Amino acid sequence: MSVISATNLATLPVAAADRHLVRIVIVGHVDHGKSTLIGRLLHETGGITPQKLDQLKAISARRGMPFEWSFLLDSLQAERDQGITIDTSQIRFQTPSRDIILIDAPGHAEFLRNMITGAAQADAALLLIDAAEGVRDQTRRHGYLLHLLGVKQVTVVVNKMDRVDFAEPVFRAIENEIAAYLAGLGVRASAVIPISAREGDSVSARGARTPWYEGPTVLEALDGFEPARAPGDLPLRLPVQAVYKFDDRRIIAGRIETGELEVGEEIVFQPSGKTAVVKTIETWPAPPAGREVRALEAGAPAAITLDREIFVERGEIVAKPSARPHAARRIRVRLFWLADEKLEVGTQLIARLATSEARATVAAVHQVVDPGHLSTFEATGIGRNQVGEVELALSRPIAADPHGVNPRTGRVALEIGGRIAGGGLVVSVLDGEGTKPVVSRNITPVTSAVTDSERIARFRHDGAVVWFTGLSGSGKSTLARALERRLFARDGLVTLLDGDTLRAGLNSDLGFSDADRAENNRRLAEVANLLKGLGHIVLVAAVSPSAAARGRVREIVGERFFEVHVSAPLAVCEARDPKGLYAKARAGEIRGFTGIDAPYEVPVAPELVIETDKLDTPAGVDRVEERLVQAGVFHLTPRAEDDAGL
Amino acid sequence: MSTADERLDELEAQSIYIFREAFARMKRMALLWSLGKDSNVMIWLARKAFLGHVPFPVMHVDTGKKFREMYQFRDHYAVEWGLDLRVEPCPPLETIDPTLPPATRSAARKTEGLKLALEKFGFDAVVAGIRRDEEATRAKERVFSPRGLEGDWNVREQPPEFWDHFNATLPAGAHLRVHPILHWTELDIWAYTRREGIPVIPLYFSQGGKRYRSLGDQDITFPVASDAATIDEILAELATTKVPERSGRAMDHEAEDSFERLRVAGYL
Repeated sequence: MSVISATNLATLPVAAADRHLVRIVIVGHVDHGKSTLIGRLLHETGGITPQKLDQLKAISARRGMPFEWSFLLDSLQAERDQGITIDTSQIRFQTPSRDIILIDAPGHAEFLRNMITGAAQADAALLLIDAAEGVRDQTRRHGYLLHLLGVKQVTVVVNKMDRVDFAEPVFRAIENEIAAYLAGLGVRASAVIPISAREGDSVSARGARTPWYEGPTVLEALDGFEPARAPGDLPLRLPVQAVYKFDDRRIIAGRIETGELEVGEEIVFQPSGKTAVVKTIETWPAPPAGREVRALEAGAPAAITLDREIFVERGEIVAKPSARPHAARRIRVRLFWLADEKLEVGTQLIARLATSEARATVAAVHQVVDPGHLSTFEATGIGRNQVGEVELALSRPIAADPHGVNPRTGRVALEIGGRIAGGGLVVSVLDGEGTKPVVSRNITPVTSAVTDSERIARFRHDGAVVWFTGLSGSGKSTLARALERRLFARDGLVTLLDGDTLRAGLNSDLGFSDADRAENNRRLAEVANLLKGLGHIVLVAAVSPSAAARGRVREIVGERFFEVHVSAPLAVCEARDPKGLYAKARAGEIRGFTGIDAPYEVPVAPELVIETDKLDTPAGVDRVEERLVQAGVFHLTPRAEDDAGL
Repeated sequence: MSTADERLDELEAQSIYIFREAFARMKRMALLWSLGKDSNVMIWLARKAFLGHVPFPVMHVDTGKKFREMYQFRDHYAVEWGLDLRVEPCPPLETIDPTLPPATRSAARKTEGLKLALEKFGFDAVVAGIRRDEEATRAKERVFSPRGLEGDWNVREQPPEFWDHFNATLPAGAHLRVHPILHWTELDIWAYTRREGIPVIPLYFSQGGKRYRSLGDQDITFPVASDAATIDEILAELATTKVPERSGRAMDHEAEDSFERLRVAGYL
């Protein structure tokens, strides 16, 4: 059973090649007649296949029920049993100049997540109201969600006019109430139409029983909707989806959300603030010479190469230097919330903005809106199916725009417990203009009373971070411990930070998901950097399989960072298996184990590679020590000023 | 550029976005190649998304009952397109739930074959070429559709999906179905196949007044009456037909809920 097939194009005034596709969501209170209206529309546009009609009539007969237009949509058994639409279906038909996809969103409050899924795909909306029941809470809630979801074109349909004898005063009262409500949200209804879907008045033909109504029919209103286009007239925003190195090209891939991009232009990546020039726009199949793509518009997939090698990663947004998004650490969001858990101060979430993701903590709940009355009230939390405004503190800066500046990069989806459970508009970006993480205004880092030169005088070396990365069993900890002993013996100030040791305490809240691994690395890097600043030579032993994560560590630590790739073939590591982890991974007891079912990204340009299957431990320690000497970490003679001070 | 071309560009852009999101967020992904027109378009879109590469395995869960032309097509283009092809067999009919109607039961072999293949390779995501307009229960699908440990689909508890944010977090042992062409129609597939010059199995074209609109197992797939012998003629036919695309697929019509039962149990 196909949902609906196309109607006869030859009878339609606009040729197939010139027809616009418009997605329209139909929303409103449950039982206000959505399914009946859709069934009627399908019938009147000739979109119902004979098989489909026969099938439905047969089902009705078998169940001993009179045929209803709404049966068309109730195509899942579960729906027929319950008599309500539980999920979003899509129905296709044609108006004189448009191909329409009508998205039927459930009206039942319990299925708000499906209404949102449906409405978020829509270019325009039909908001349905029962003439006998008038504007209900769910009507207002759906209106409010249309506003939050950014659906700008809305037509209101007042259905079941036959139940109120097509009385104009009843219609006008509803019209005034809903128009005022929508206007309060900044949404203008393009029309408010009195109809009877069951009897067919003003669906496609003008209803004879509403002579006082002069506006469009439903079909005419649908025909007037425009496809919502990716905004080309806003500044460039190209969120990075990935960096590909499938061949000798290093390609930055993403989709242009707004604006335009040209070869030869200077661009900036936010939040890192790195700049480059667009060298080429890559396409497949390769175009003939001289026909290469030189520019891209909003909505287009993008694959670009740069004029220089810079480290950028998924989640950053490409912009032009003169009009860049904020690097946000704290945002205020107007959101809808669908999860059972209440959203309260301290609630931990994952915030997703375009392709970036960050841990987010609710820092404040500003207001809760009752969309039923559009009134706001103070509350400590936002419950299921409520809307409100909160302040989110992010674990790391992400590029963001206020929604009023750019709707595509000014909205976030919120995830709790691994499921998307809410979303909202970025009302404002509260701080973090620059590219550096911004520390709260109330925090003033205290500088040490002991100077660097005093430390060097005592310990005879600078602070440094040696980061041992490699497979489990490659010998990182063995090497780090031997080096620790060697440096301690020469009176150095040396600190060993072991990944597992930190996981036992400081990082005990973290698991092994990509996000948690990244956070684990960030904390290791921050702690190591702090100790480096206090003159320690910090030895970190951590698998750290992700090149991107190690790149971030390098950024955090800055100078005197030594990435040491402790390397041994997988088979050797697996044979050593000092912690018995490979055996567990092979047995399927551990998932996502590096080297077995998760990748290890080999460092491209480490400061040093130690092959532990070829060098013994003392020789390996020699090599690292030599490298530190070479880099000038050790000061073998005290500086003159130190003598003077004593 | 014509409106029709713009529409194809938009469909293509959305599919590329989905492919790139899936590849960025999932660890071990595979594409299910049924050898039909839809999955051929899907492979084409993957090559567009990844600039000529298909950077994950392409799996054919083989019932052993496909048409000869389909196997020839597979073996030829797997090489020409540089695919990492994995052919995985389906278990015999005797192992399948005997309460299912005959053709449905036969089709359910593919579900079991897929489960075995997922276990064998440990894929956490499979890309499938289903479309919303094909069939009513497919219209309810999400772009990223998490499946339970048994590959089952809980249509009532699907998380929301909006603004191209997809649910990609899975409990251990579960997997994700990724649907990059969910928003396409049969007409779109053919218009795009024509524009891009994507190879097509000849069974789709009319011979002796009949052609296949949808390709499956030989014994439960039947041709429809048609004189359309070129893509242009197929496009003209689709513009006026009222016959559903899957009318030649026996398992869809055995019982009111047979396809739905298949899908809840993990069928594509």
